Parts: sequence; C-alpha cells; structure tokens
Amino acid sequence: MGIFDYAPAPESRAIANLKPHYRPFIGGEFVDGSGEPLKTVNPATEEVLAEVNTASTADVDTAVKAARRAYDRVWSKMPGSERAKYLFRIARLIQERSRELAVLESLDNGKPIKESRDSDVPTAAAHFFYHAGWADKLDYAGLGPNPKPLGVAGQIIPWNFPLLMLAWKIAPALATGNTVVLKPAETTPLTALVFAEICQQAELPPGVVNILPGAGDIGASLVEHADVNKIAFTGSTDVGKLIQRQVAGTAKKLTLELGGKAANVVFEDAPLDQAVEGIVNGIFFNQGHVCCAGSRLLAQESIVDELLAKLRHRVSTLRMGDPLDKNTDIGAINSAEQLAKIKGLVESGESEGAQRWTSPCPVPDKGFFFAPTVFSDVHQSMRIAREEIFGPVLSVLTFRTPDEAVTKANNTPYGLSAGIWTEKGSRILWMANQLRAGVVWANTFNRFDPTAPFGGYQESGFGREGGRTGLEAYLDV
Amino acid sequence: MTATTATSPQTSAAETPLPPALQDATRDDASLRRFLRGLPGVDQVGVEQRAAGLATRSIKKAAKLWAIDTAISMVDLTTLEGADTHGKVRALAAKAKRPDPDRPDTPQVAAVCVYPDLAATAVEALEGTGINVASVATGFPSGRTSLDIKLADVKIAVDAGAAEVDMVIDRGAFLEGRYGQVFDEIKAIKAACGPAHLKVILETGELATYDNVRRASWLALLAGGDFIKTSTGKVSPAATLPVTHVMLQAVHDWHAQTGELRGVKPAGGIRTTKDAVRYLVAVHEVAGEQWLTPHLFRFGASSLLNDLLLQRRTQADGHYSGPDYVTVD
Amino acid sequence: MSDDQRISVAKTYKLYVGGKFPRSESGRVYPVSDTKGKFLANAAHASRKDVRDAVVAARKAFGGWSSATAYNRGQVLYRVAEMLEGRRDQFIAEVSASEGATAKKAQSLVDTAIDRWVWYAGWTDKIATVLGAANPVAGPYFSFTVPEPTGVVGVLAPQRSSLLGLVSALAPVLATGSTAVVVSSAERPLPAITLSEVLATSDLPGGVANILTGKASELGSWLAAHGDVNALDPTGAAPEDRAGLAREAAGTVKRVLTVPDAEPDWTATPDIARLRRYLEPKTVWHPLGV
Repeated sequence: MGIFDYAPAPESRAIANLKPHYRPFIGGEFVDGSGEPLKTVNPATEEVLAEVNTASTADVDTAVKAARRAYDRVWSKMPGSERAKYLFRIARLIQERSRELAVLESLDNGKPIKESRDSDVPTAAAHFFYHAGWADKLDYAGLGPNPKPLGVAGQIIPWNFPLLMLAWKIAPALATGNTVVLKPAETTPLTALVFAEICQQAELPPGVVNILPGAGDIGASLVEHADVNKIAFTGSTDVGKLIQRQVAGTAKKLTLELGGKAANVVFEDAPLDQAVEGIVNGIFFNQGHVCCAGSRLLAQESIVDELLAKLRHRVSTLRMGDPLDKNTDIGAINSAEQLAKIKGLVESGESEGAQRWTSPCPVPDKGFFFAPTVFSDVHQSMRIAREEIFGPVLSVLTFRTPDEAVTKANNTPYGLSAGIWTEKGSRILWMANQLRAGVVWANTFNRFDPTAPFGGYQESGFGREGGRTGLEAYLDV
Repeated sequence: MTATTATSPQTSAAETPLPPALQDATRDDASLRRFLRGLPGVDQVGVEQRAAGLATRSIKKAAKLWAIDTAISMVDLTTLEGADTHGKVRALAAKAKRPDPDRPDTPQVAAVCVYPDLAATAVEALEGTGINVASVATGFPSGRTSLDIKLADVKIAVDAGAAEVDMVIDRGAFLEGRYGQVFDEIKAIKAACGPAHLKVILETGELATYDNVRRASWLALLAGGDFIKTSTGKVSPAATLPVTHVMLQAVHDWHAQTGELRGVKPAGGIRTTKDAVRYLVAVHEVAGEQWLTPHLFRFGASSLLNDLLLQRRTQADGHYSGPDYVTVD
Repeated sequence: MSDDQRISVAKTYKLYVGGKFPRSESGRVYPVSDTKGKFLANAAHASRKDVRDAVVAARKAFGGWSSATAYNRGQVLYRVAEMLEGRRDQFIAEVSASEGATAKKAQSLVDTAIDRWVWYAGWTDKIATVLGAANPVAGPYFSFTVPEPTGVVGVLAPQRSSLLGLVSALAPVLATGSTAVVVSSAERPLPAITLSEVLATSDLPGGVANILTGKASELGSWLAAHGDVNALDPTGAAPEDRAGLAREAAGTVKRVLTVPDAEPDWTATPDIARLRRYLEPKTVWHPLGV
C-alpha cells in the first residue's frame, strides 16, 4: 500500500446501454442473421456481455445486394454535397453518443476508458467530419477530373480499435460515393452495431452501410463475393496475404493495412524524459494492441542504461486493471487467445536469452491481463525482435551509429511505422528519409489524424488511410 | 493514509560530497556551462502532453480527503504585498495555526511566507506551533540589486528567525549565459542562510523554455538549494503543471545520482483544490511517493487554502460548502 | 561489293544486368524474327538465375538512385531521351521489323516513345509536389507526407508494343526513383535491346534498369514470388497467367498493377497513375515547440 492510493474511479457501465442481444444490420434494418450466434465477452472479467446474432454466407449476399441497390439507386446518384451532410450528421451523432460508445468500447475490448474516451471515439468522429468535407470536393483531390466511386466496398476490421477502424473505413468510402458492407471483429462487434443505430438516427439511406458480425469465414465470403468492387482490410499480415491471394486475378481494388514491428530509435541527444513517454506510449498504448506499436526500442549504446532506468521507473507507475476505471493506464488483453500468444512469445524471449523485466504492478485475479514487460539484451535474431507480439511487451536493442540504427530498423519485412528521438534537426530529416516505413514519428509517437495519411510499406500492406491520399483507395483512379 | 505535518526538512543540501561527475560540473564557469548545456533537452509538446495526461487522473473519496489534508499541510501561506502590515501578518499566522476553526482536525499549514521586514512578526506569532516562517529575500521579486544587498536582505530574514529563505535567481545573468555568476550567488546566499533552508526561485515565466527550466533547476541543485521553486507569483505565467513536471524530474534525477532528496515548490496561480490534487498526482508519479511530504513539496499560495478548506468540508459533510463558512484571512 | 552481296554480321545479343551485358547464365539463346518470319538476330534467353542476378543488381542500385536528387534523376532521364533521339532511325527500323508496322507508323511510335520518356523525365521533381502534402493535423505538430519510391519493380513489358509500351512501363518506374527488372517482349525484343544499349551509354547508374530478354511465362513467377521485389507490373503476362502471378505476389504483399486484359492503346496520353503505383506515401510528424 502506498501513501497515496487512488480510490477506484469507475465510469458507470450503465452508460453503455448494453443490450442482451445484438443483430446484423442489413438494408437499414437490424435483422436476424442466420449464422451461429456468438457471445461477446468482457475481457476484463471474462463475463458474457451480450449475445450477438451473426451473419451467414447467405446474409453476406443479402447485404451485398442491399449495398448494390443503395449504390445504384441512391448513393451514386446523390450529389456530393448531399452525401456530405449525412457524414456530418454521423460525426455529430458520434460526438453526442461519445460516452456511451466509449464505455461500450472499453467493456467489449478491454481498453482503458481514458483511451476510448480521449482517443478512439473523438478520433472516430473527427474522421467523419474530415471526410464529410471531401464528398463534394473530390475534383480537387489531385486524382484527375470527376473521379468515380468503385461501387460496393467490403471492409474487414480488427478488434484493437473497433470503432476507430470502422470510421477509418466507412468515412472515406461513403465520402467518395461507395456503399459499404463491413465486418467487425468477432470479439468486438458491439460499437459497430451501435454505429448502425447511428446510421438509422442519421437517416442514412438503407443499404448504404451494412454491418455483419461474424468470424473469419464471413470475412472470406465477403472478399469472395463477385459483386464487391473493393476490399479494405486491416488486420494481421497472414490474413492480409490470404485476402490478397483471394482477390488476385479479379477486378477488385484492394487496400491492406497489416502488421508491423516498428523501431523506435533513441539517440543519445534525445529529449530523454519525453523519449521515455514516447516509448511508453508507443508500446503500452492500448495494451500494445497497435499495428504501428513501437515494439522494438533501438537505443544508442551510450545511453541505454540511463534510458532503461528511466523507462523502468516510468513503466512501474502504469496502473493496470479495470478498463472502466478512469485511472487505468493498461487494460485487459482482448482475448484468451491473444493472451496465450503474448505469453508464448514472452517465453521464447526468455528462452532465447533476453533479459526480462516486468512491472511489479498488481495483476487482477480475473480477466485477461498481462503486466507491462521490457526485454533488454535483445538481438535481431530473436523471435521477440522479429515477430509482432501485439501486446505490452517491448524489445530493447542497441546501436552505435546512425547507419546501424537505420540498418536494424529496416531489417524487417514490415514497414508500417518508426520513431526517431534526437534533438538534431538534420538527423531527424535524414533518418525520416532512410526509414522504410509509412509513418515516421519524430520526437513523438502514435499520433493519428484524419488529415495525415497512414499505411505501410512492404508486408505492412498497401494503400493509405487519411488525407487526400486516402481517397485514392475508394476511387476508380 | 495519513497526512504528515511540517517540521523542519529532514535532509539538508550538500551534506555529502557530490559524485565526481557533478563535482566536475561546478569546477569552473566553462564546466558548468558544458554540463548545463549537456543536459537532455525537454520537448515542449511531449512534456505538456504528459502533464495534461496526468491531470486527467480522477482522485475520489478517501484518496481525495488524504490529498486535501496533505495539500493543506504543504501550503506556504503567503502574503507578499506592498500593503502588508504587522496586523495582516498576525492574521495570516492565526489562519495558519487554525485553518478551519470549526474543524480542529484540519492540519496546520507548513509555513507562513512574508517579506523580511515582517519575518520577526511572523516568528513571534507562530512561536511554538511548529509552523515555519519563510521569508523571501534577495531583492524579491526582481532580484535586481547587488549581491551585498541581497546578502543583507537574507541576514535580516535569518536574524529575525526565518527558518526558510526564498531567494530569486538573477535571471538576467542566467539568460546571458553567466551560469557561474548565478551559481556563486546561490552558494553565497546558501552560506548566509546558515541553518535556514533555502528555496531557490527560478522565475520560470521569465526563463521561457523548458530547457532553461531544466538547466536552472540543476544549477540551483548544484549550488545547494534545498528546494527549487517555480515563481515569485509576480510574473505570469507563474507555476504550471508542465514546468513543475520538469522540476520534479530534476529532483528525481538528482536523487538518483546523489541519493539526496531535494524539494519542489510551485508558487503562484494555484487556486483550486482540483489544481492542488493534480500537482500531488504529478509529485506522486513523476518524482515519487517519497516526495509526498511537506519536507519536499510545498505550495506557494494564498487563496488555495480556502478552496482546500471548502472542499474538505464538502467531503466531510456530503454537501457543498460556501465561502462564508471559511475565514477570509 | 554491293550491299546485297555482303554477308551481314549476324548478331547475338546479351542481357543487360547491373550496367553490364552478360550472357544468360543458362547459355540459352533464341532466334528473333520479324513478323514475316525473317531472322533478325539471336537474343539471350534469360533464366530464373538471370532474374535473381538482376534483382540483386536492382536492389544494389536502389539506394543511390532513390536518394539522388529529383533534379539529377530528371537530368539523367532527359539525357536518355536525347540518346533515344540519336538512335531514332535504328528504333524505327526495329519497331517496323518487330511489329510489322509501316515506316510511317513506326516513326510515329518511336517519336511518341521518345516524347513519353521526356514526359516522365520531367515528372521526377514535380511528382512529390503534386502527391505530397502538408497535413493540417489537429495538434501542435508539423506533419507532412512525401511519396517515396517503392523499391525494386518487376516489369513484364508489353508483348506487342515493343518500344512505346516498354517505355510507357519502364519510364514511370525510373522516374519515381525505383529500380527495375524488365522482361522484354519475347518475340519483339530488339527495341528493348537497343534501349539497353542506350541506357548503358547514358548516365543512368548500372543496375537501375535491368533488361532481360526471354519469356514472361517462364520468368514472371520468379519475379512475382521474389522476396526482394516490391512491385510487379504484369502487363506482359498472358491474361490467364496474371491471377497466378498476383497470388504469388501476395506471399510478400507486393504491389501488383491492375492491368487491362488486352494491351492498352499506348499512344493515348498517359496520366500519373503508373507513377502513383510505384510511390509509397510516407507521413512524418514532428512536434512544434520551443
């Protein structure tokens, strides 16, 4: 017991308006899906939150037909200025229901309420606001005159940022004039189905957005569907490759936002305390369930001891526990399966000889939790330096010179993001230039904005989300 | 959880020799400059974001009560007006002793802070209470006078019985890069303080950058300041959370390198309980739990105390209180 | 001795890899004829190991080419255009023989090809302005996006359009700062070989463009599956082979160009779509503070 123990400060779970049953949203209505119902679980308590009726392959076809009808009859004919107003409405409604969405997201996903409240939900609203404005300005996007939508977009999103990834997908698709069939992740379908309610509230024409809860097989049948013109996927590189294979040889346009193993490079002249913050934010934000997580810390050898001492002190202050507690920094791992994967990789790190340090923070008895862990003495050849752990586990490697830092940072098939910490401006720009990654954060980390394109090099995928560049993914250009 | 009360600070600066790296830093002007300029930079956006993030901590119930009492016990109840009189100081001393006369369990404040010419009055009024008298000195608030006069100013305060001296650094010299001069002056004043504890006011509002705040913090710690203090309260901006973060980080790092505990005092602009609790959260999470004592953390404030008292009543009574229920002094 | 009595020097051409002209490691050659079946020359018949060597050369050249200034790349490419112009008559003859085009048609195709090269040469120092951005993010940061070259691009050059199609496929790769491994038209390789000779004597660093003569059907899948190739242009593959190539490319998440079933009309004015395919937008963030 410390002398200043923060009393529990839980957000009320009643705000989530949790319902016992949720259903797929097709053609503007909530309908009974004919798939096997699933039970979505609160990963912090392992209790069942709700039963979710899922879609079957036949429902995929119904949803695609609804999207096609909406595209042909309404959405593709509507002037951009009118489409924009629907998007603005949706943005406002997300803001109005932000507390409900935040609490529900934390319940279903396990992420701390302060993150769902301060990051996920407001950024989701921002994406709709931003893209709303594009709907009638596409001629100015630099993609040629009068760019045309693709048609029906099939979108598959992961469980790490359920609502935010939905916004990243749906907002640009609708702004450019496409209609959507979206499949949320199996373990986190709830906020997407509340979003469906928001579409109803906004009086979005039926069929423009369809939401199909289900497992991977439903995603696969959406990808395969002959009448889908566009596939957008965010998730693991393995599944991304399967989808790319499935789509091969068809006319479907594809964008993939896949895994990463980002290097966060700290030079000896870095603003160290803020570098520590950036490292912590980079790997422990959202329990490390972030594709662009700074999971490899590359520290210059001359400062590695000082940096590690500061880092351990800082990580020790992270509070792990009830995601609904406003003071929780680290919530629950999203599923038992993911927790097992993290544990497996951590074991490999130990057996391969890396030095493990784990925060002494208390671990709740129930639920899926994993205490923040830092591995030092990690080498490029170890699995924890190469494989995406997707959990609160940092691998610390060292370098001596800028060239070595670049070589090690780029020594991965991934290329989603990277971090640079130095106070030398020319070195920042040189490093930013050398790093093969779609997003480079210098003296900061994990910043996201709808105006700033996001996406990867190499096996981290292709296509961008956000900014003018992001529109390209949904236009026939 | 119990609030500690103010007694004399437990450690005194510069009792043990510094580690070689830090000794070397103060060898001469050039070494000092090299050392201070070699400190890691502070990224403005990063530190402000961290401070804003910590400020979202939600402190409720028992934790809040503890924080309120701890904050009261950390207050340097201050009057630093041209219009200050003996009567005003005696009234303040009375308030310091019994912040909330209706609630005798309310902790005393840590110190009463006055100008040197009123220190004797404050000492007399607080005799036997355990509440220290702190006196500003060294040509407060601008510090624009000669070292001789600054030393004489300190002597007035110390001779009057002040247990704590709040000096201002020469910001002009600091901004001109004459770190050695600032260092020597702090050392001379520390020597003139004798047993009195020295708080070194950096006047961070005039230093303008966090890099400067970090350098000035280290400079003051190297020169023997027992506390580093943000501001005089006469310059805006005075205390801010991110500035205090940088200073808390400095005393944390100082402790890591030397084993010595030095204190931090934000002053000026902290008016509400909510603010005070945010500062305590910062102390807790940036410096560490051991700084959560009046020996190592103070609030330089006047109106803050009444808001703490109001909130204390609200917590205890279960309904909101009003300004008529706390005393105006 | 009159011309028709003279025995001409029969040519056996080689590959163009890493700025040099090696024979195929396989030792294979194949005869190239004009559209009427008249023998023109022997071309090297590249093998998978030649693909491997060419990818190594292209990767090695990528660092220098991609980090050369855009102005410099523009100058180098424009110099290539000057040299194409110098070989105009040879190209006209080869295009005419390869494609069975009339002299007038061949001349028009060659002129368009040279003009297209000039067009792309001019893009090197403009494309970042057109596709890049300063992102007005909601926070105290400066954020910008710059398009960067994707890396090594495998180009299965068009089978029909021996020069204009080839130039339309290769020039945008080079203009972005990427490097290329090209498999030329199998039956119409002579303009590609002459282009190699132009490139070899130009200022283009060795390895930036590598041109293999051989069969897309044989070499395509080696490029598609190669772990060090970042993008694939399957134009020269048979339509029925493209899905297979795209599936193989998925193994390393390659960028695969979507191309029409039939070869497009290369004389149509291009847009910047091909440039975009070989560019990776990179977004950089930095705080704004004092």
